[in-house]
Amino acid sequence: MAGLASGLERQRRRAAWLFLAPMLGVLALVAGWPLLRTVYFSFTDATLYDIGGHGFVGLGNFRLLAADPNWWRAVWNTLFFAAVSVTLEVVLGTVIALTLNAQMRGRGLLRAAMLIPWAIPTVVSAQMWGWMLHDQFGVVNAVLLALGLVSEPVAFVAEPSLALWAVIAVDVWKTTPFVALLVLAALQVLPKELYEAAEVDGLGPVGAFFRITLPLIRPALMVAVIFRTLDALRVFDLMFVLTGNSRATASMSVYARQQLVDFQEVGYGSAASTFLFLIIAAVTAVAITAGRVRLDNR
Amino acid sequence: MRARRVRRGIARILFWLLVAAIVLYTVFPFYWAVVSSLKTGGALFGTELVPRDPTLENYVGVFREQPFGRNILNSVIVSAAVVALSLFLAVTAAYAFGRVAFRGRTPLLLAILGVSMFPQVAVLSGMFELIRWLGLYNSLASLVLSYMIFTLPFTVWVLTTFMRELPAELEEAAMMDGAGPWTTLTRIFLPLMGPAMVTTGLLAFIAAWNEFLFALTFTLTNEMRTVPVAIALITGASAFELPWGRIMAASVVVTVPLIVLVLVFQRRIVSGLTAGAVKG
Amino acid sequence: MRGIAALAVAALLGLGAPASGQTTIAIACGAVGVEYELCREGAEAWAARTGNRIRMVSTPGAGGQRLALYQQLLAARSPDMDVLQIDTVWPGILAMHLADLSDAMEPEALAAHFEAAVRNNTVEGRLVAMPWFTNAGLLYYRRDLLERHGRPVPETWEALEETARLIVRAERAAGHAGLQGYVFQGRAYEGLTVNALEWLDSHRAGRIVEPDGTISVNNPRAAAALGRAASWVGTIAPRGVLNYAEEEARGVFQSGNAVFMRNWPYAWPLVNAEDSPVRGRVGIAALPKGGPEGRHSGALGGEQLAVSRYSRHPEAAADLVRHLTGAAEQKRRAILGGFNPTIAALYRDPEVLAANPFMGELHEVFVGAVPRPSAVTGPRYNQVSAEFWETVHEIISGRSAPEPALRRLERTLERVSRGGRW
Repeated sequence: MAGLASGLERQRRRAAWLFLAPMLGVLALVAGWPLLRTVYFSFTDATLYDIGGHGFVGLGNFRLLAADPNWWRAVWNTLFFAAVSVTLEVVLGTVIALTLNAQMRGRGLLRAAMLIPWAIPTVVSAQMWGWMLHDQFGVVNAVLLALGLVSEPVAFVAEPSLALWAVIAVDVWKTTPFVALLVLAALQVLPKELYEAAEVDGLGPVGAFFRITLPLIRPALMVAVIFRTLDALRVFDLMFVLTGNSRATASMSVYARQQLVDFQEVGYGSAASTFLFLIIAAVTAVAITAGRVRLDNR
Repeated sequence: MRARRVRRGIARILFWLLVAAIVLYTVFPFYWAVVSSLKTGGALFGTELVPRDPTLENYVGVFREQPFGRNILNSVIVSAAVVALSLFLAVTAAYAFGRVAFRGRTPLLLAILGVSMFPQVAVLSGMFELIRWLGLYNSLASLVLSYMIFTLPFTVWVLTTFMRELPAELEEAAMMDGAGPWTTLTRIFLPLMGPAMVTTGLLAFIAAWNEFLFALTFTLTNEMRTVPVAIALITGASAFELPWGRIMAASVVVTVPLIVLVLVFQRRIVSGLTAGAVKG
Repeated sequence: MRGIAALAVAALLGLGAPASGQTTIAIACGAVGVEYELCREGAEAWAARTGNRIRMVSTPGAGGQRLALYQQLLAARSPDMDVLQIDTVWPGILAMHLADLSDAMEPEALAAHFEAAVRNNTVEGRLVAMPWFTNAGLLYYRRDLLERHGRPVPETWEALEETARLIVRAERAAGHAGLQGYVFQGRAYEGLTVNALEWLDSHRAGRIVEPDGTISVNNPRAAAALGRAASWVGTIAPRGVLNYAEEEARGVFQSGNAVFMRNWPYAWPLVNAEDSPVRGRVGIAALPKGGPEGRHSGALGGEQLAVSRYSRHPEAAADLVRHLTGAAEQKRRAILGGFNPTIAALYRDPEVLAANPFMGELHEVFVGAVPRPSAVTGPRYNQVSAEFWETVHEIISGRSAPEPALRRLERTLERVSRGGRW
């Protein structure tokens, strides 16, 4: 019996690798060279106008990067942006998912409506918000003025102190559907009897959520959190379109892009990208540990 | 008893207020896009919530001045191919990751996640070289291939998470009947993965639909462009003018197919099937 | 259904490339709209005359995206583009990828172009691009408001400040609460470099980096000029101007909510369009002088045509450039699209002037437009510009006083230039 089981286990393990192979092959093909190339260039002084003629500078780029206050500003902006926006998105996304999960009329339309923000290309929606938040002819200011909430137009994206919050507001609008949809999918597989039991135990809806629902949807929620965090830490086009290269709001990706593309510093920009990778890896490690994300089956 | 009914009533009102707030927050900007797309010229700088003399001129212009229909078709082809390919690759991988204990699984999962940790702009040059080397430059295949770099890690992780939650008894029963791994995956698990597959597929579809940087760099002519690039290419008479009405009209046009898609897959996103099967 | 499938397969395989035969020249100039149409017509006229073919490569209008795309293609030595349209400040950045056109152009034809534009496109003795159309910063003003309040068109920045303040106060008292005095491009981007260069140059405070490579930006006049600009924000200009690009500024001016605006000539037909609230009530002039000793200044903009070094047909490509930048084609573009010619003689052409009256009046501004320091700083121009606009943005948003900010900028530019050697 033991022999049969281990034979089956071996067969399953062989099958597992066979199942993994196509995915790993494709991923290695598309990601291998671009990523290795970036890491390689981060140790050189390559420029875009003379990409072949580069020399090794060891850790020189990283030393320069560590000494640049603008880089650390970008790191801080990004971490702040990611922390605030992901928190808001998860809370709001869960609320929306619970709402959509309720039995009610018109929820089909509501689900479609909820997805709209995510369906508009970021290039466009960022620009659209830029115009809606304009201080002179923006509709947001017009509405706030009409409601008497402000006495004069607010320059949301122009004030350095407000700009990052404006970017966060747009990001929350844009990506909450992503979280909501994943949580909704997780809610679908929850067995109904648990709630019936909760009713018997006299747990209110809030109690039922925290004691029953949340623990059960946690795996899916954590995946949503991890991928949202990865995206938020690499945020680029929102800031770029809303506020240009302004250092008050520049993220790490905006900084890296400016070096790579505008300044043609392939070596230095690659170093910034690699540094960014290391920071994201560190944050993800913390998230996986703190969120007790299971990486195995037990 | 009455107090309880009043509390329930208040709860209902609060619930509907919440729904209204959510709808306003998510839909108003889209409504504003529709309104803007019906305005032209100086009216675009106004803030009236209902356009005074709405016109379809912008919609006509979008299709007249560039092969926009072709651009939409390109986007549909690319996104559908991306979804099909990444779901196939991811669901087989998810079976291995989620159901089988093998050595190196944890590092492998983390390595896959690591692919998603580089900024897109840093990957761009290497990807460009790869695409040229494969001879795929200025073709839709270049986009399908390059989009794998962001759809695969995501789909693999989500599907693995869902696969892991499925009860072990189902698989054991299948194995007792002598079913191999492939049969177990396609016959037993796949039907149960409905909501997860549709959800990840939809998210991957939209991600591919909205991608801009690769699409701009790996295609060259108007006939090969996808929707976001085509929208970014809409310019006015000079480099500085932003033809806002046109851009909004194009955005509304490309958002509609996605809404239709969601409405079509409605029942799949939320299906009672899974819960029932797990119960039984 | 079969058709769609076949189309999908063909698309995936990358078919649909034009059949070979005659020489096909790929030209990148805009994507849609008037600019694209005029370019296509011009190129097709050349193709019909020479028996060649053209292929239009679509590129995004936003400067940053277009430059990034060019750099990507050129760094890969891609032969997919033969002729490309480039901005005034790009010759230095792209020079190593562009062919030398000096032998392809007749000396007398070259001499007919504005000298400053030709000099701007000459990098280390190589003519890397031909001027195609030019651009310069202009002052737009509300003629009706100036007349109503009996004010002349401001000659100096002081006069502009005073006029703006006076008109705004009077009009707001009369019920026009949203009126602003002056709008310009204050976002942290290339446009701010352009605006601030005009402020400096109008005060005779140098051009950031001089043609010989000296970094001149840290001087008392520059500090005074930037200090003055900082005093506008929150007084005659709204705080929001700190995030305005061209279109945001035009939006305010065109809806009738600003007395003055700094912008390029493109805004002229738009503010006078059929449905524009300020139609027929707008005038344009040269930007004001910085004090009585200052000068009228407008920053040089515009586009050039260049030939890629990796083109498989450099002669045919150069011939297309010769055709498109020639007098006949520039005249056609000036009349149909309002593009400012780079050939001096066309500013005296009656047909051109009939279509664009301001070209005659503002001839001096276009001829004397001040170039950004892109030729001397070469591939480092973008870095210089970014450091400059960041510093200016700090000053005008009130986060730093002009003097210390300019001192810091000077030190940074010293480092970027590797001690002035560039």
